[in-house]
Amino acid sequence: MPMYTLDWFANFGFSVLRLSTPLIFAALAAVISRKAGMLNMALEGMMLTSALAGVILSGFTGSVWIGLIGAIIVGVLSGAIIGFSNLTGKTDLYLTCIAFNLAATGGTVFVMYLLTGEKSTTSAAIRAFSVPSITIPLIDKIPLIGKMISGHNLLTYLAFLSIYMVWFFLYKTRLGLRLRAVGENPKAASSVGINVTKIGYISFLISGILCGLGGAFMSMGWVSFFMKNMTNGRGYIGLSAMNIAAGNPVGSALAAIFFGFSDAFATMIKGRGGDFPTEFIEMIPYVATIAALVVMNIIRMGQKRKIEQGVKQK
Amino acid sequence: MAQEVLRMDNITKIYDNGFVANKNITFWLNKGEILALVGENGAGKTTLMKVLFGLESPQSGDVYINGEHVKIENTLDAIDKGIGMVHQHFMLLPSLTVAENVALGIEPMKKGLFDFNKAVKMTQEVADKYRFNIDPLSKVEDLSVGQMQKVEIMKVLIRGAKIIIMDEPTAVLTPQETDELFEQLLLLKEGGHSIIFISHKLEEVKRICSRVTVLRHGYCLGSYDLENMNESDISRLMVGRDVVLKIDKEDPKPEEVVVKIKNLVKINETGKKVIDGISLDIRKGEVVGIAGVEGNGQSELSDVLCGMDTFSSGEVRINNQDIVGKTVHEIRQMGLAYIPEDRMRHGCAADLSIKDNIISDRFFLPEYCKGLFMKHKYIDQLVDQYIKDFEIACDDKNQPVRMLSGGNIQKVVVAREFTSGSNFILANQPTRGIDVGAAEMIRKTIVKKSRTEGTATLLISADLNEVLECSDRLLVMRKGKIVAAFPKANEVSEDELGEYMLGIKTMTAKEMENVL
Repeated sequence: MPMYTLDWFANFGFSVLRLSTPLIFAALAAVISRKAGMLNMALEGMMLTSALAGVILSGFTGSVWIGLIGAIIVGVLSGAIIGFSNLTGKTDLYLTCIAFNLAATGGTVFVMYLLTGEKSTTSAAIRAFSVPSITIPLIDKIPLIGKMISGHNLLTYLAFLSIYMVWFFLYKTRLGLRLRAVGENPKAASSVGINVTKIGYISFLISGILCGLGGAFMSMGWVSFFMKNMTNGRGYIGLSAMNIAAGNPVGSALAAIFFGFSDAFATMIKGRGGDFPTEFIEMIPYVATIAALVVMNIIRMGQKRKIEQGVKQK
Repeated sequence: MAQEVLRMDNITKIYDNGFVANKNITFWLNKGEILALVGENGAGKTTLMKVLFGLESPQSGDVYINGEHVKIENTLDAIDKGIGMVHQHFMLLPSLTVAENVALGIEPMKKGLFDFNKAVKMTQEVADKYRFNIDPLSKVEDLSVGQMQKVEIMKVLIRGAKIIIMDEPTAVLTPQETDELFEQLLLLKEGGHSIIFISHKLEEVKRICSRVTVLRHGYCLGSYDLENMNESDISRLMVGRDVVLKIDKEDPKPEEVVVKIKNLVKINETGKKVIDGISLDIRKGEVVGIAGVEGNGQSELSDVLCGMDTFSSGEVRINNQDIVGKTVHEIRQMGLAYIPEDRMRHGCAADLSIKDNIISDRFFLPEYCKGLFMKHKYIDQLVDQYIKDFEIACDDKNQPVRMLSGGNIQKVVVAREFTSGSNFILANQPTRGIDVGAAEMIRKTIVKKSRTEGTATLLISADLNEVLECSDRLLVMRKGKIVAAFPKANEVSEDELGEYMLGIKTMTAKEMENVL
């Protein structure tokens, strides 16, 4: 088989990194929320609204950068809406998130229809803009690796940089310390005078920025148009990635890359053709998510059982 | 004359539901003294301290610090005024280091970032000054409970507290850790700090405190110098019985064993032994009472017996069937009836009708069904009869249970459990928080059922009146163990009982041998 050449591996690796990008952003957004003590299920909707905002703003202003900033602002506003309902209005977080996701699915199509008259994609109606790709000098000359890691979209590199930035924020800044304190034990945090509600808003703000970047990548990096429900469950997969690593930023990003890998794997098999039903292949990333969650839980339950029985022997 | 640093004057706190937690309580604290604040569960100690620490606002009363009238509206006010509280449930963040925990809220900064090294230095300084032997770099989750408490005290000290409230600090400590804590407290006292020490372990109070303030049912019974008091005096003040309810009952004629518990051990998620090797038999026709200060394993025991929770080792047999791995439903079929501690969470479905609640444990039996349908006429008749028998005050059987008063809700639970035809009744706090009339009816029924129907009953209660009056045999639980067993409950004095409950005395295994 001529398939498994060096080039093939390089392409596959490139594809893994590309497909991981939105998942990493989503996972990091989930990490921030989780560290502040919340399970942010609205990542999906937040990314979707940002994706649309990016396309519209860049299309109408003719500047990809205004589009990108617009996507981030819309992500932050989405976070603010959920934060306001949950923290100030005391609504149930999960119901609010579900409502937001449903509203985003329908709302983005509605806005798209208002502006373009199209109901499924903006590709024909709005001029396409993409955040530029970057070729890394020297590294792109290295065989195999060069092709894998050079030439990606700017946002892909930003995703990997974000892993470090989120880690730095959480573990090196005062705000990060307070955010983790609130997430771990809000009573303990407020007993030393920390404003728990304020920290909650800040977590939604940061979560919003990351979702904005993730959404922007979907519509201005991966492809250069908006498509109905184009996030396609990536917000939830990001949430699972966070869950697998129990909120650790680096671990969550690695889990996100694992899911990116299964996504790339599915795409690769689909590309080979054959009579295998594509619907089945498209399940792979999602099945991998469930499998990973089950495996992690079995490991954790085993550890818990050890504690309960371990003391017995003494 | 000692200098008075704190006075709480005529504090009254009534909760929204009408519960009077503190009624006209007055007490004071001198500079450099350790004052004991004692009382049973629910006597109002914690509420009083919450008022002082700005967590609750009282209806009336004044607080003076160093003779000056102050208003404490929130925790930050209290900290500002030099009051620190070491909570019973630690306010710590286990995944963070000691230094981070101590510095949280007052973090040192350098170039806009959290200055971890400075936090370590600050923590080390406090540790050195007050001779705490703790590494600021270790993670709190790796510390022992005693060390965690030291971190809590360091948190209070670094914020400059002069008045320190310690809420049952020794409840979670080993005897060695307690000794260490006491040395520390005496050191703080010499350094001019004043300490309020909440406890119901009287030997400890006697050991380090100079004065004691006693609360009971929200009232203050006074403050006493400990020089002239012994432990029994305090115990009598704390526990003292107000109403004596007498139940006439014949001596039991216990027959064969219905429930057999052997070496039962339950280890909880944190690795603590909450039930520590309990063995006991409950026979047909007798009521076995378990007394004890709450939180000594009674709730866990009842959860294990009814199948709501698992246990680590040992054996429980009901009517000669092992309960291990069985569901609540299966255990009930073996002959268990269960009056749970928390009637709103586990005793009833509040939004369902009285009728639905009463048949909820038996609707599947052929007696109540005909094919796919319920025999509603028959059930209605039966439920009406139960409402009459158990004197449930309600509009009719279709009224949602949540509309009833606490006492009547409990009667619905009792009506279901007492008519289920089981021969083992597990009653956990069956009369807590309900009116005297309903309580009396429930207690009398428990005794009557054991005498006329030969039911085996395990009665777990923190109400001494109840266990003394209803039980035949009486056991005392402390720290997950049975520490005393009396063959005849009506021959036990409550002072004696109090001494076992509070750990002043413990029976040896030999003494209890024939009673378990």
